[in-house]
Amino acid sequence: MRSMPNSHNKTDQALGHTGSSRKHESAHKHVTGEAIYVDDIPEPAGMLFAYCGFSPKARGKITKLNLSAVSQCEGVVAVMTADDVPGHLDIGAVFPGEPLLANGEVEFLGQPIFVVAATSYNAARKAARKAEIDIDAEPAIITVNQALDAESFVRPQHTQQRGDASSALSRSAHIVEGEQYIGGQEHFYLEGQVALAIPAEDRGMMVYSSSQHPTEVQKLVAEVLHIPMSQVTVDMRRMGGGFGGKETQAAQWACIAAIVADKTNKPVKIRLARADDMSSTGKRHPFYNQFKIGINEEGLIEGADITVNGECGFAADLSDAIVDRAMFHSDNAYYLGNAKITGNRCKTNTVSHTAYRGFGGPKGVILAERMLDDIARKVGKDPLDVRKLNLYNDEGDRNVTHYHQTVEHNILPELIEQLEDSSDYRARRAAITEFNKTSPIMKKGLALTPVKFGISFTVQHLNQAGALIHVYTDGSVQVNHGGTEMGQGLHTKVGQIVAQEFGIDISDILVTATRTDKVPNTSPTAASSGTDLNGKAAQNAAKIIKQRLVDFAVEHFGLATSAIEFSQGRIKLGAEQMTFAELCQLAYMNRVSLSSTGYYKTPKIHYDRNTASGRPFFYFAMGASCSEVLVDTLTGEYQLSRVDILHDVGTSLNPAIDVGQIEGAFAQGLGWVTTEELVWNNEGRLTTNSGATYKIPAVNDLPADFNVELFTRANPEDTIYNSKAVGEPPFMHGISVWCAIRDAVSSLSNYTVSPVIHTPATPEKVLWAVKELRQQVEKQG
Amino acid sequence: MIRFLLNNQPQEIEHCDPNMTVLEYLRDELNDTATKEGCASGDCGACTVAFVELVNGELKYRTANSCITFVGNLHGKQLITAAHLKEDQQLHPVQQAMVDQHGSQCGFCTPGIVMSLFALEKRSDSYNRADTLEALSGNLCRCTGYRPIMDAAVQMYEPSADDQFVRNQEHTKKQLSKIANDSAELIELSNGNNHYYAPATLQQALELVRDHPKARLVCGGTDLALEVTQQLKEIPLMIDLSRTAELNSITVDEQQIVIGAARSIDSSVETIKQHYPEFAEMLGRFAAKQVRQQGSFGGNVGNASPIGDIPPVLLALNATLTLKSASDCRDVPTDEFFTGYRQTVLQPNELIAHINIPLPTANSHCKVYKISKRQDDDISAVLAAFNFTIDDNNIVTDARLGFGGMAATPKRATATEQALIGQPFTQASIDSAQTKIADDFQPLSDMRATSDYRLEVSRNLLQKAFVEIALAAKGDNSNTFFVDATQTRICSHA
Repeated sequence: MRSMPNSHNKTDQALGHTGSSRKHESAHKHVTGEAIYVDDIPEPAGMLFAYCGFSPKARGKITKLNLSAVSQCEGVVAVMTADDVPGHLDIGAVFPGEPLLANGEVEFLGQPIFVVAATSYNAARKAARKAEIDIDAEPAIITVNQALDAESFVRPQHTQQRGDASSALSRSAHIVEGEQYIGGQEHFYLEGQVALAIPAEDRGMMVYSSSQHPTEVQKLVAEVLHIPMSQVTVDMRRMGGGFGGKETQAAQWACIAAIVADKTNKPVKIRLARADDMSSTGKRHPFYNQFKIGINEEGLIEGADITVNGECGFAADLSDAIVDRAMFHSDNAYYLGNAKITGNRCKTNTVSHTAYRGFGGPKGVILAERMLDDIARKVGKDPLDVRKLNLYNDEGDRNVTHYHQTVEHNILPELIEQLEDSSDYRARRAAITEFNKTSPIMKKGLALTPVKFGISFTVQHLNQAGALIHVYTDGSVQVNHGGTEMGQGLHTKVGQIVAQEFGIDISDILVTATRTDKVPNTSPTAASSGTDLNGKAAQNAAKIIKQRLVDFAVEHFGLATSAIEFSQGRIKLGAEQMTFAELCQLAYMNRVSLSSTGYYKTPKIHYDRNTASGRPFFYFAMGASCSEVLVDTLTGEYQLSRVDILHDVGTSLNPAIDVGQIEGAFAQGLGWVTTEELVWNNEGRLTTNSGATYKIPAVNDLPADFNVELFTRANPEDTIYNSKAVGEPPFMHGISVWCAIRDAVSSLSNYTVSPVIHTPATPEKVLWAVKELRQQVEKQG
Repeated sequence: MIRFLLNNQPQEIEHCDPNMTVLEYLRDELNDTATKEGCASGDCGACTVAFVELVNGELKYRTANSCITFVGNLHGKQLITAAHLKEDQQLHPVQQAMVDQHGSQCGFCTPGIVMSLFALEKRSDSYNRADTLEALSGNLCRCTGYRPIMDAAVQMYEPSADDQFVRNQEHTKKQLSKIANDSAELIELSNGNNHYYAPATLQQALELVRDHPKARLVCGGTDLALEVTQQLKEIPLMIDLSRTAELNSITVDEQQIVIGAARSIDSSVETIKQHYPEFAEMLGRFAAKQVRQQGSFGGNVGNASPIGDIPPVLLALNATLTLKSASDCRDVPTDEFFTGYRQTVLQPNELIAHINIPLPTANSHCKVYKISKRQDDDISAVLAAFNFTIDDNNIVTDARLGFGGMAATPKRATATEQALIGQPFTQASIDSAQTKIADDFQPLSDMRATSDYRLEVSRNLLQKAFVEIALAAKGDNSNTFFVDATQTRICSHA
């Protein structure tokens, strides 16, 4: 078992302050099943169950919509279509184009067309299947290549440039080029999409939504009902997983519950069955990327011309920013020299793809790692040496990215060295090369890959947060902030921060459900920013209250400010002391406000899309992973034998939670590059729409030898207690598994050929790579 | 009426739709929301509950996916959920271990994981990595990466095994035996429209099948329940065979292993392992622990799925099926059982009583390969089961090659078999036999694999079997194909 590093200060640890491995605030409730998710809320009297009818075609005009059979089903109370939406029909999060219910035409198979409300969940589901829907089908665009051929885009192209890529390429000793298909990914949050809407007076609406973005749910519910935002309250205690899938796409179901609740004046719950959740909500974008890079004889990159093509589905959703982030990360950790990065946002007749942990970043990073492996095979070097050669460094301008941000505080060279040692990379490389020479069927592969991930929303205005703290006269503290809890331990960390500020025990702090009537106008909990933003906002609120208490004590007791100290739940007042509760009671009796909001906005960041330059990221989070695999060259099956990860979280706020984020992110990245395959058929139907056909990693897919360490170095930027964001960056450690599989297959050519393996690298794809590479080697004689 | 224990509380259900699942019973009828629905198809394990049964005077703990278990199946059992483990506000050691090891993040899969660990802890006295992996193979967690959950499994054995369930066990036994006392009683459940019968004896079962030829036969219900939860069908009449002792036996005589069709897959593994370790190893990757403990051996044959994992092995091993009706009994070779996509020779008045697997002979070599995207809890793209008989002169005297995932039914590769029979067991013979696979099969492309991959991997599996049998066994390291036998397989549960 792992022993968690803890804060050096034993008192802080006991009090649950930052640096301690405080347990998740809901852990006791998780293990007993007492933690309440939206579907567990006791059902209000008279509650109805809503369910949708979905489009059976990918594209076309609705020529007939006969819902009489639906209405006649037992238990059915109401049926609604786009025509019955009282306010705005469009719920596009950033750009228009996403009708709440299909309006005359359908744009993907699985698009909600109508909603039925009934007295039970099963009655609503059964009734929803009784509709008579005729669609005059039009030719649908299903694949990214079809979209590129048809020049079908949801948003305009964007380009980032540094220097002159084409002339650099023409001067280079070698050109390495290729294309890479990168599969999408289903979020597979264990709790599916769900919302409960309860009508309030004056046509107001109380909404319980499993959402990463309660403010957006509030705004859209207000819009579809045509009522002011002030009339809508959204409450979000916890999600059973989000991963980006509930950033924009929880809103649709909340809005549908709300319009039915508004029409029937009854509480309404909607909960998607897994297959419908998978078919009708967006996923990680599939990408098709092309690259051409110029290198010198040593394998040093001199120029790069890269195009990333994101398959966005039928609507823009967050795709503009997602493809931008893929572009921002096409360098990963490497200096590309003269570089031109182009990003296309392809429109297809599939569900609109959306945020997913890494938000475009992984599709850039994996391309960079593909390129570095290919360079290594070209120049006959160990891929790790080629990676180290090309890292950003401080020589000349080799620390400036293709979007003209300077990479500061680059700890990667040091971090990689440390992992190279701790993973015993060189000795294992030698042993594996030996093994592969004599083992005809089973081949081993090894790869060590870094990640550098930019932290901040690249949309500037989202980088703000609010918090609200109430201190009660018994010394107990209620904290509310704009972030949502989806398992990542945000509430635990924010509780630790507030406890630390007041010098009190974390057990005196309650972080309550995220609510739009407590902290307004919040950003989604996304972009790894939850703790960075909300932690700072909560700290700010705590500091304001603490300052009031200090000011009061100075005046009341006639002490100097320096004589007052908050520590271990007690307040030192010169030679005297009292408890935090006693001071709060005294302050209250003397009419001191014990409640405050707090606010934070990220400094330094800016990005000019016209010049494609700026500083979109406040800082970079970094890390590296080393994976070893065993590949069966007769079946394409593989097994992950060992993984070592060294990851940078700055000064850890909670080592156990941070390690949990790293391990969990790795597992998700592992699934993305290996077994998680999304298959749409020619009609645009997702055929992998259940746990039976879509395979996320199970317990045995993680290696027995799994070593995760934190790289302990304070963040030089002024972040909350100099920590770093941790949600997304470690997702990309999964890429080392894919590189290791490629390494194992490459051994069949004695490491002279770099195999093409598109992701996910299912056993089938690996077997074809083996076959293709063997044929290539034979040809070369 | 069905009778069971909800934790310690005796429960009776007289009127209810037998199509209701145990999960719906817990959440909708009892408003007990501790047990979560993740998929309603038995794929994620979030809804895992523990079933306790009295077997030969001992309490036997196992798990089930409550989302695909019909409520009638609760009869005679104790049902324990994550909500029942806490005692006087004190977490159960399994729960405490999950808390201490940071084993939950979003917490939604957690109650199910707690129940899989709880049942594991009740089955074994000390930590064993392989058993823990097996116990958790059907519990998906999207947050943690599982490491802290494995650590919790280590910790849960640390305190003494004394918990309320141990202290109450004599009482629980008494309660369960009281329920099971009337062992000859026919159990019925109905809401007036839909009916469910759980016969206690084979004779009752045969009469019910005779009287209700349209009834659906069910044991664990892990496959049938999908029609209800996914296709939203109502099944008007079910006959649950899981209680009948005659259909739950497993015996080995001088010729064969005889497995009762209603016996769970999980409880058949130990006996099979003694004779066909490769078959048993594959069964360790059949669905997941919850399904193997609930689903029946005969069910996987009777539902005649082209992607069931057991039928191809039965084809290779030349097993026979004993089919019984109230008036008749016949043995049918597995070859002749499957007649088309999900079609069999089983008559409406018949049921599968036993599966009879001949014991291996001195010269027979059995190899079983399951090819899927994920090692555990996945459906095969290809299931290949080979049984070669090779005489002392290295001549293949018999070859039976059973495949799943390659045709509309589980099917033998007869052309390939013919190419091998009578030939020496050599690389040249294998090379030649490999070319026949495409004569035997024109498989489909689907979301699991393409037709080309299914053919290619089938050919390669013949090669793999050859390497494992012929060369590794002889220790012949002069051949380029020499390889340590332990290094020809991706091993699960390492």
